Amino acid sequence: MDLRLEVSEFGGWSVLHVGGEVDVATAPRLRERLIDMIGKDHLTIAVDLTSVDFIDSTGLGVLIGAVKRLRTRGGDLVLVRGDTRVSRVFEITGLDQVFTMVDTTDDLVDS
Amino acid sequence: MVVEADSVEVIELVFPPRPEVVSVARLVVGAAVAIDPAFDEERGADLRLAVSEACTNAIQAQLEQRRGGDADRPIVLRCSVGDGKITLTVKDHAGGFDPATLESHPLVTDPARLDYEGGLGIPLIQLLTDDVKFVSSPGGTTVIMTFEPRFRPDSADT
Repeated sequence: MDLRLEVSEFGGWSVLHVGGEVDVATAPRLRERLIDMIGKDHLTIAVDLTSVDFIDSTGLGVLIGAVKRLRTRGGDLVLVRGDTRVSRVFEITGLDQVFTMVDTTDDLVDS
Repeated sequence: MVVEADSVEVIELVFPPRPEVVSVARLVVGAAVAIDPAFDEERGADLRLAVSEACTNAIQAQLEQRRGGDADRPIVLRCSVGDGKITLTVKDHAGGFDPATLESHPLVTDPARLDYEGGLGIPLIQLLTDDVKFVSSPGGTTVIMTFEPRFRPDSADT
């Protein structure tokens, strides 16, 4: 079960590029990486979901935890929207109202 | 694969309660959905999401069992395709639970919603399914999820 995680910097944002499937087996790695980034004072984090094939509530829970941690530190977390299937999970759960979501990483600079 | 009466086809997966196997359960459900062309890709994604939630709950419940051999007993996923619908059943051997006692989360527009990182699985299953039943006993829980080809956000669930 491979979850790909790669960090890049873009317009003042630390972008965590996630690839593969986020579920109970892989969500802990995503969580660890986000905690690590926050611990290193990356307070404006964008999670790029454009290469995510699947995410379920274990992944959503990790993202909720991360946005909470960041906002209490005066930072924020933005999600770069993936394909319709992934976006849909956020719409169905109403979490697209909790998270700030953009369509592409380019949109980060305008936001 | 087993072909039952009235052209209902059944695929069953018996798997150890390990997180890595949930992805296999999703693949099996993908194969089951492919049997009925009335289920499009988007609806198929709903079924894979629902089974991922149900299997995750089953595995986590069994992992919480510290005593006895029940924690290692396999989880059983059964996919039944026919009569214009698909029924997914996930059975575990953890202690049962009462869905009526689940606390509900604040609305998504309430900042307090961020206090809840978990517990999304069952509400998500209820949203995705046309019908869901939780059959719980001290010996384990069976979740029975029924899906019709079209996602209906207002469909009544039990």
